[in-house]
Amino acid sequence: MFQPRSIQSSLSFRDKIFSIDYILVFSILILGIVSMFAMYSTDGGEFKYHTESHILRFFVFFIMFFILSFVQIRFWHSTSYLIYTIFFFLLIGVKYFGLTSSGSQRWLYLYFMNLQPSELMKVGLILFLAKYYHRVSIENINKLRFLFLPIVVLIAPVLLVIMQPDLGTALLIASGGVIVAWLAGVRVKFFAYASLVFLTFLPIAISFLKPYQKARILTFLNPEKDPLGAGYQIIQSKIAIGSGGLFGKGFLNGSQSYLDYLPEKHTDFIFTLFSEEFGFAGSIFILVLYGIIISRIIKIGNITRSNFGKLYCYSFATAFFIYVVVNMGMVLGLLPIVGSPLPIMSYGGSSMMAIMFGLGVVMSCKVYKDAPVN
Amino acid sequence: MFSSNSGNTVIKSKLISRRMFLLSISKAVVVVGVLGRLISLQINESKKYKTLSDKNRFREWKLAPERGLIKDYFNNEIASNKQVYQIHLIPENTQSIEEVFFRLKSILNLTDKKIFSLKRKIAKQKPWEPIIISDNLNWSEFSRINLFLHELQGIEPIVSVARVYKDHSSAHVLGYVSQVSQKDLKTKKYLKDMAVPGIAVGKTGLERKLDEKIIGTVGFQRYEVNAYGKRIKQIKVDPGQSGQNFKTTLDLEVQKFTTEIIKDVAASVCVMDIYNGDIVSLVSSPVYDPNAFVHGIDKTYWDTLINNSKKPLINKAVAGLYPPGSTIKTLVALSALENKITRPLNTVKCTGKIELFGEKFHCWKKKGHGIVNMRSAIKRSCDVYFYEIARRLGVDRLSETAKKFGLGKKVLNNFAEERSGVVPSTAWKKKFIGQNWYLGETLHSGIGQGYFQSTPIQLCLMTAQIANGGFEIKPRIIFDKEKNNLKEYLKFKNENPGQPLPTDLLVSNFDLKPLFKNQENIKIIKDAMYSSSNEPGGTSYRSRLEDKRFTFAGKTGSSQIKKFTEAQREAEVKQESLKYKDRDHALFIAFAPFSDPKYAISVVVEHGGSGSKAAAPIAKKIIKKVLERHSLRESIYNLPGDSI
Repeated sequence: MFQPRSIQSSLSFRDKIFSIDYILVFSILILGIVSMFAMYSTDGGEFKYHTESHILRFFVFFIMFFILSFVQIRFWHSTSYLIYTIFFFLLIGVKYFGLTSSGSQRWLYLYFMNLQPSELMKVGLILFLAKYYHRVSIENINKLRFLFLPIVVLIAPVLLVIMQPDLGTALLIASGGVIVAWLAGVRVKFFAYASLVFLTFLPIAISFLKPYQKARILTFLNPEKDPLGAGYQIIQSKIAIGSGGLFGKGFLNGSQSYLDYLPEKHTDFIFTLFSEEFGFAGSIFILVLYGIIISRIIKIGNITRSNFGKLYCYSFATAFFIYVVVNMGMVLGLLPIVGSPLPIMSYGGSSMMAIMFGLGVVMSCKVYKDAPVN
Repeated sequence: MFSSNSGNTVIKSKLISRRMFLLSISKAVVVVGVLGRLISLQINESKKYKTLSDKNRFREWKLAPERGLIKDYFNNEIASNKQVYQIHLIPENTQSIEEVFFRLKSILNLTDKKIFSLKRKIAKQKPWEPIIISDNLNWSEFSRINLFLHELQGIEPIVSVARVYKDHSSAHVLGYVSQVSQKDLKTKKYLKDMAVPGIAVGKTGLERKLDEKIIGTVGFQRYEVNAYGKRIKQIKVDPGQSGQNFKTTLDLEVQKFTTEIIKDVAASVCVMDIYNGDIVSLVSSPVYDPNAFVHGIDKTYWDTLINNSKKPLINKAVAGLYPPGSTIKTLVALSALENKITRPLNTVKCTGKIELFGEKFHCWKKKGHGIVNMRSAIKRSCDVYFYEIARRLGVDRLSETAKKFGLGKKVLNNFAEERSGVVPSTAWKKKFIGQNWYLGETLHSGIGQGYFQSTPIQLCLMTAQIANGGFEIKPRIIFDKEKNNLKEYLKFKNENPGQPLPTDLLVSNFDLKPLFKNQENIKIIKDAMYSSSNEPGGTSYRSRLEDKRFTFAGKTGSSQIKKFTEAQREAEVKQESLKYKDRDHALFIAFAPFSDPKYAISVVVEHGGSGSKAAAPIAKKIIKKVLERHSLRESIYNLPGDSI
């Protein structure tokens, strides 16, 4: 019933090129270009460090994405445990050799870039669990002993990241894992139990939070209480977005960012900057681009025959969606400031690398959609 | 256990798709949420956020306007502005306020107390609003600050303008300016948007009366600033408007002259043009230095002012209350004539005292004046004559005349510190003291004692209105070309001697208000005043000016502070031997020149003893000075296109 392996292997280079999802590729490219303009604006309308390095990274990782697209899906399946393990050791490496900046130890110095393994782990965990649940038979999925390994591989990196401390990324990593489990068919009751346990341990976890993290959560609940302190970012971000109006203040005219009222405008608040300069129309444009990207990934999941591919694509699409929504929710004042980058748009090599890597695997699912994984 | 049979795979694939479908639904819900938020922020509330964004972007620094000038009649500045060197501190621009103050302390003489109050002020205002550390530095201090400027973060040296009064002779009329107080902000509405550091408001005198117009309009500089308060670019500058300039009717030269004459006594002088009410001079002594208030008064100087028994801070000319004493006799006589109580030649015999209503009323001359008529009674200021006249006149008719001639009410409009004095009447006593009038009190009122209280400017107005032939005038201190109807009337009368029109019609043609029933009565009083100053035996005869051009007609007065005891009267105690506080106030009123009256004057010397000895000699010098400058004054007045 499967096509013989020989057919798949004999895909010509031309076939491969044609089987690339160009709508997805172009959406990514357009988003990448938009992000360059946004970055140019954060640099005050000049080609400075952030813009140049963002452009360089985008193209480097975009090419990487393109190359990874031609790697056989079988390869990703067979190496996914290994990939996870490498990322995990990188995370452990951070604990011992990591660079510390503004109170948290997140980065590994790699000569050409500072790598943030927690970003990579977002994709690594999905890859691991996609393979795991691909292999577990349907009747075993809800057996407790088969739940043991997923819980361990989820908790271990999350704990490492929490200890950095980086609560936002930890939550995003965990959410990716949970989604794979959910898609694989783990019963609802287990999620209910898990949330129960989570809620029980929440007060204890909170007591371990750093003061600034506590402040962020309290501030989110009532930002106006302390407008010059912890609530500053949320208020200024809302002012920037709201003042953009329907069509925005115009390119390079975002006074909030230009006059430095916006915090971290290169990274977490890049959407705010764009939204201020291009208004509601610009915001919708970005949303639509993300919508296309996510729906294309889901579509690839639909046509991929292997469950590994399906699980991976659906999970990655959902995780990608969560990254976008969490970032936007944050800058729109709907969620606490947890520090999560906007995929592709935000400045940051590791995030870009992780997303492009994840997209590369997605595209490989497309190119080798009919190939068996084992 | 890791089975991968095909059936299993298909079931699994379907399960995955079903779960993905559920996820997609929840995603849609989340997207709607984000979209809703975007719509609410960028469309529904965008106006609000645009304002907030502009509030972030723009900051305004207000600029204190230059205060208008006050000039005298000859356009000499009597209240001017000068450049002052100041240092301002913008708290936001400093790393550490403590450090800045520490450095400043070593450069300037800043007391700990001053630093404490500055810090409290800083805590109250916005961090980008400048605060004035020192508003009047001398050049060496200012240059020292500039030398150390690089180590004084947030300090800005500013060259600004501030009020300066070149001489002190007009201190009381002009008043002074000082920093805005909380009370000012509450009571003066025009200050609402004027709260600029460094702005001064008028506290007393003309500065206060004219404050709203003379203070000017606040300007501002609007800058675009970044999140750290750094000015990025200037958006708009409105330099504001300097206040309106005012020209007064005062003559600086006379002011200085008068001040010099009375500098050693607690006294006041008021000189008025009898036709248009122009106040030529209004001096109260001792004077104080109004400049001392501009930059916050020094405690020791304040204490010396407060503790001075001559009360330098009070504008005695408008706020000093004195019984008019014998100067009221002019009005008593006039009232008697107008009410046909007596005739000028009717006589009264003065034996030094009379006994009425079981009380003894003494004349100031123990031996008495013998037989006196109205003219000689005024000339020699016989008390007994006026006891008799007052008794027959009654206090209410006297009060009516006194009020008509300007006593008992404020003379200048809205001069905050002016007082209205008292013109007693039966109704007044009932209302304010709650008792019936005693007939004896009428007699006291007849010589300007008892309840009578008047200010020097009221006495001057009274004299002026007698001198001009009995027409009402409205005294003014702000120059006004118009409203010289009385002068025009006189001009008309002089140019048309054969004018057949009856006087009352003429009067109404020129919009004049006569205060008399019969103008002849006024002439009788003026003539009596002439005799008092120019005929032997007159109370101010010794101070007369014989030159026809300067001859004045006046009336002395001494108002009792303390009633003499019988023993003192018997011993003929001299005023000079009394304690300063117990001596009589010396008064003198006059108009000049007698032949063609132009000016009226009133002089009050507190505890000066007698009017003829203490007040009249002062008046004499000033009258001469004013008349000497009359032609100059006239010529200025007629200058075409004279600008204020």
